[in-house]
Amino acid sequence: MPQFEPVLLANIHKPDSHTRKAYEASGGYSALKKILKEKTPAEMIDLVKASGLRGRGGAGFPCGLKWSFLPKNHPGPIYMCVNADESEPATFNNRILMELDPHQVIEGTIMACYATQASTAYIYLRIEYPTCYRRLEAAIAECYDAGYLGKNILGSGFSLDIFVHRGAAAYICGEETGLIESLEGKRAWPRIKPPFPAVEGVFRKPTVVNNVETMACVTHIAARGSDWFKSIGVPADPNNPRDAGSYGPKLYCLSGHVNKPGCYEQPLGITCRQLIDEFGGGVWKGRKAKAAVPGGISMGLLTAAELDTPLDFNALGKVGCLGLGTAAVTVMDDTTSMIDFLHNTCRFFSHESCGQCTPCREGTHWALAMMERIKAGKGRVKDLDLLLEIGDTIGIIPGSTICGLSDGAAWPIKNAIRKFRQEFEDYIKTTNPTGYMVTEAVPALVPLSVH
Amino acid sequence: MASWFVFLTQRALRFRRGRREDHTLVSRCCKGNAKNKKLCCMATVLVDGKEIVLPDGQKLNGIQVARLAGTDIPHYCWHPGLTVVASCRMCLCETGTRDPATGKVTMLPKLVPACQTPATDNTVFVTDSEKIRNARAMVEEDLLIDHPIDCPICDKAGECLLQDYHFEHGRDQRRADIRPFTSRRREMGDTVTLFVDRCVMCTRCVRFTREISGDAELMVINRGAHEEIDVFPGYPLDNKLSGNVVDLCPVGALGDKDFLYQQRVWFMKKHAGVCAGCSTGCSITIEENQDRVYRLKPRENPEINQWWMCDEGRYGYHHVHAEGRQTEPRRIVAGERVNVEWSAIPRELNKQLREAGRIAVAISPHLTVEEAYLLAAYARSIDADALLALGPVPVIGEDEKFKNGFTIHAEKCPNRRGVEEVLKHFTGGVMSFGDFANEVASGQVGSMWLSGGNKKSDWIDAATTEKLTAAKVIVVQDLFTSPAWEAATWQLPGAAFAEREGSYVNHANHVQSFTWAVRPPVGVWTEGQLLWRLLNRPGLYKARPVMQEIATTIDYFAAAAEEVPPTGVKLIAKKQIPASV
Ligand SMILES: Cc1cc2nc3c(=O)[nH]c(=O)nc-3n(C[C@H](O)[C@H](O)[C@H](O)COP(=O)(O)O)c2cc1C
Ligand code: SF4
Ligand code: SF4
Ligand code: FES
Repeated sequence: MPQFEPVLLANIHKPDSHTRKAYEASGGYSALKKILKEKTPAEMIDLVKASGLRGRGGAGFPCGLKWSFLPKNHPGPIYMCVNADESEPATFNNRILMELDPHQVIEGTIMACYATQASTAYIYLRIEYPTCYRRLEAAIAECYDAGYLGKNILGSGFSLDIFVHRGAAAYICGEETGLIESLEGKRAWPRIKPPFPAVEGVFRKPTVVNNVETMACVTHIAARGSDWFKSIGVPADPNNPRDAGSYGPKLYCLSGHVNKPGCYEQPLGITCRQLIDEFGGGVWKGRKAKAAVPGGISMGLLTAAELDTPLDFNALGKVGCLGLGTAAVTVMDDTTSMIDFLHNTCRFFSHESCGQCTPCREGTHWALAMMERIKAGKGRVKDLDLLLEIGDTIGIIPGSTICGLSDGAAWPIKNAIRKFRQEFEDYIKTTNPTGYMVTEAVPALVPLSVH
Repeated sequence: MASWFVFLTQRALRFRRGRREDHTLVSRCCKGNAKNKKLCCMATVLVDGKEIVLPDGQKLNGIQVARLAGTDIPHYCWHPGLTVVASCRMCLCETGTRDPATGKVTMLPKLVPACQTPATDNTVFVTDSEKIRNARAMVEEDLLIDHPIDCPICDKAGECLLQDYHFEHGRDQRRADIRPFTSRRREMGDTVTLFVDRCVMCTRCVRFTREISGDAELMVINRGAHEEIDVFPGYPLDNKLSGNVVDLCPVGALGDKDFLYQQRVWFMKKHAGVCAGCSTGCSITIEENQDRVYRLKPRENPEINQWWMCDEGRYGYHHVHAEGRQTEPRRIVAGERVNVEWSAIPRELNKQLREAGRIAVAISPHLTVEEAYLLAAYARSIDADALLALGPVPVIGEDEKFKNGFTIHAEKCPNRRGVEEVLKHFTGGVMSFGDFANEVASGQVGSMWLSGGNKKSDWIDAATTEKLTAAKVIVVQDLFTSPAWEAATWQLPGAAFAEREGSYVNHANHVQSFTWAVRPPVGVWTEGQLLWRLLNRPGLYKARPVMQEIATTIDYFAAAAEEVPPTGVKLIAKKQIPASV
C-alpha cells in the first residue's frame, strides 16, 4: 500500500488554519464552485452514493442513500443538521476539525445542503466546545462575506443559512432525533421511528442529520471524485450482504494507556494493533495491552488477542463488538481492572439514559447498582448473569427501546463479562468470600417513611 | 436496513396520512368507486392466528386490533386520547406481514411496541411468545426496582395496572434486591398530589396537560432513573381539567386529594351517570358505597366528553351529602309550619292545589325530561290553563373551550334543552322565569310550584320571591333553603342528581338516560316518585316507560323510543327533520 497522505488533517498544522484565507490558499472552496457550476443536486447525491461514504457519527449509514430518502419535489423547507454533539467518551475528532479546519466542514455542509436542497443548516454543538463555537461563528461570518452563504450563493440561485446551536451537553443530544427535539427547544427525548427524520424531522419537516466528519469527507469527495474515495479503505465483505464497504480516510482517536495519544488519520480498516504500535507509540510503561475499546465505549471491548481486528464497519462485528462507532480507541494496559472499566461504563450510561424507555432507564440503573455492589465487595456471582440478561434485552436490536443508547449500554456489559468472566468471578469471590454464592434476595433495607 | 426503513416508513405514512386526510386516501385507493371501495379498503389483520377484518378505513394500532380479537395487550403509556410515545415498552409484541398471494408470513426479527404498530392489510401480530413474556416480565421487574411497594396504603390498590400486570405478566421473585427505596409525597396543586416513587414514568399526565388542557404545568425533571414528575416552582397544577391526570395515571402516583384515603376502591359500586354540572353533560361513573358518593369519574363517550370531565363537575357532588340538605317535608297549617308524612302529601297537596284556582309551575332545568313531563302533565291535569315556564337557568361566566375541543359550558344545569322541548309540547313555546314571576305577581294565579334541584341557595333572590308570594299556595321543592323556600307554604325536599333516574338532554340535543346511584336521604321522595303518586299512576315510578310515552307523544324525543345506549342518542329538533323522514 502506498504511503497514505492525510486529507482531513492535511492543513491543521498550518498557521491560522481555521481562517478562510488559509483554507482558500490550500485550494479550499474550489470544490464548492465546481459543484455549483457543474452538477445538479441529483448528480451530487449520485457522486456521494458512488463514493461509498458511510456516516462517521457512529451508525455508519450510507450517506448518499440517506439523502435520497428525502421526499422528492418537496416544497420545502428541508433542514440539514450537522451533528457536532460529539459526546461519545474518548472521541475528539470532530473537535479537531471544527477548531483547526472549520471551513472544511462548512464547505462540505454547503454542498450537502445543495445536494439535498436544504435551505437552512444547523450545527448542533455541545457547550463544552467554546473554541469550536468561536471558530465556527467566525468561519460562517467569513463565508457570508465571501458569498458562500446567504442568498444566491455564487450566482447559482441556491441559498443557504447556517446557524450554530449550542446544546447544553447531554449524550442523548447526539442521537439524531434527540438532537432534533433539543434543537426545537424541547427535552432531548429521542422520537419514535418511523417517521425517520428524512420524512419528518426538525419542525416536522424533512431533515438530514450528518456528523461533522461526514461533512468534511463530502468536501474531499467533491474535490477529488468518488473513485479516489473508493480507492481507500476496505471493499464490501462478499460474505456479508449487509456490509456496504468501508471506504475513505478516517480519523481515529487514540487514548488510554499508550505513549502517544492523539487523533490519527488513516484509511478505514487499519487494525487496532497497528494504531497502537505504529501511531500511538505502543502501550505505555512497557506494559502489554489487556483490552481496547474499539470505537467509543458503546461499541464493547476487544481483548488483547483480538487487537488485530481491522477497525472498519464490518470486521468488528465478527468479534462481538457493536461496530466501529466513532473509531475512538481507548487502550487499557494489563494492570487495568475490568471491574473498574465496567463500573465506569455503567455509570456513564445510567447517567446519560434519557429516561424514556423503561428497559433502558431502569436497566442501566440496575446494572450500575449491581456494579457498585460488586465493587463494594458485596457482589454475588449470580449478579453477572443478571447483568448479562440486562445486556441481552435492552436496545433497539432486541427491540425493547426507542434509541441506540441502550445498545451502547448493553455492549460493554456483554463484552466485558463474556470476554473477562473469570476476572469478574475471581474478584467477587475474593472480595465477598462469605456471600458470593448467595442467591436469594435481600430484604428492603430502610423502612418506609410515612406520608 | 434500507428495506426495513422503507417498509416501516411506508406503513407509518399510510397510517398517519389516513388519519389526517381520510378522504383523499379513500378516494385515491378506491378511485372513487364505491364498488372497489369495499374490496380495497377492508384490511385483514392476523392476531395470534385469528383473522380480524377491519371495518372500512379504520385506523387501529396493535393494541386495538388485539382487543377486537379478544386479547389484552398490557400497556402503560398508550392512551387513545393522547399522542403515542411508545416508551413504557409494556406492549411489546411480534409483528410481520402476510403475503396475500402465497399466505407466507414474514416476521420482523425484533420486538415492536404494539401501540406504535399500525394494523394494515395483512399485518400479523403475535401477542404471546416466550420472547414477549420475558420482555413483559422484565419491564414489570424494572418498574419495581425503585417502587416502594406500599400497596396497603395506596389508594390505587385494586385498580392499579402495576398490580394487575404483575399478577398477569410479572415474575414471582424480586431479583432487583439492590437499593432501599424511598416514598415521597409532593403536592402538584390544590387538587392533585404526587407519590413520587410510585410513578412508572408513562408521561400520560404530562401529555395531558400539554395536549388536552393545554397549560403544560406538569413536566419531567431530572434524567434517567432520577426522573420525576414535577411542576415548575410557583406554577402548580392549576387548570379546570386537572383531575383527569389522576384517572390517566395507571398507578398510584397521582392521587386525587378529594378522594385520598376516603375509601378502598373495592368497596365501591359504580353506576353510569351523567354530570349535572353544566350543559355539556359529560358521561360519568358515580362511585358509591352504602348510599354515599365518594367520587365521580368520566366515562368514555366519543360524542360528548371523550375520556374527560372538568374539575367543577368532578368535585361538584359534595352538595349531595352536605349539611343543611333539607330532608323533612313541611306545610303551613293555621299559620304554623308542621311536618307532614310523605305518604300523606299526594292526597293533601292535590286537594289544595285543585282548590286554589289557576296553577303556575316553573320547571327546573335540573329535573329529568321524565320529571319535567310528569310535572307539566300533572299541572295540566288539574288545570287545563296551567301556566308552565322554565325555571331559573344558572349561567356563570362564559363557555370555556380547551385545546382539544373539550368545552365547559357557562350554563350550569344539565337539562335546559329537555325541559324546553317538554314545555313546547304543552304550551307551544317556552316562558322564561322572569316572565313567569311577573305573571304570578299580577295576582291571577292561585297556586305556584317551583321545582328545584339547585346546589345552593342563591338561585333566587328576595325581590323575585316577593313577586311569587302573590300566590296563595306556594310549593317549593328543593335541596337547600333559599328565600323561596322560606316563603313556601309547602316545603318539599327534592333529589340531587345522583339520586334521580331519567334522562338529560345536553346543549347539543344529545339525550342520555341513567338510573339512580344512591338513594335520597331518610326517605325523601324524588320528584319523579312524588309526581307519579300525584298523577295516581299504578305501581312504582320508573323513568323508562315514561320516556317511551314521551317519545311517542313528542316528536323531538322520537329517537329515545328504544332503549337509549349508554352513550346516549342525538335528538333532532322538529324543524330540522328533513321532509322525507
Ligand atoms: C446515544 C447516541 C448518541 C449519539 N451521539 C452522536 C454524536 O455525538 N455525534 C454524532 O455525530 N452522532 C451521534 N450519534 C449518531 C446519530 O444518531 C446519527 O446516526 C449520526 O449523527 C448520523 O450522522 P452520519 O450519518 O453522518 O453518521 C449518536 C447516536 C446515539 C444512539
Ligand atoms: S405520575 Fe402517573 S401518569 Fe404521570 S408519568 Fe407517573 S405513572 Fe404516568
Ligand atoms: S363540562 Fe360540565 S358536564 Fe362536563 S364534567 Fe364539567 S361540569 Fe360536568
Ligand atoms: S403502551 Fe406501547 S410502549 Fe407503552
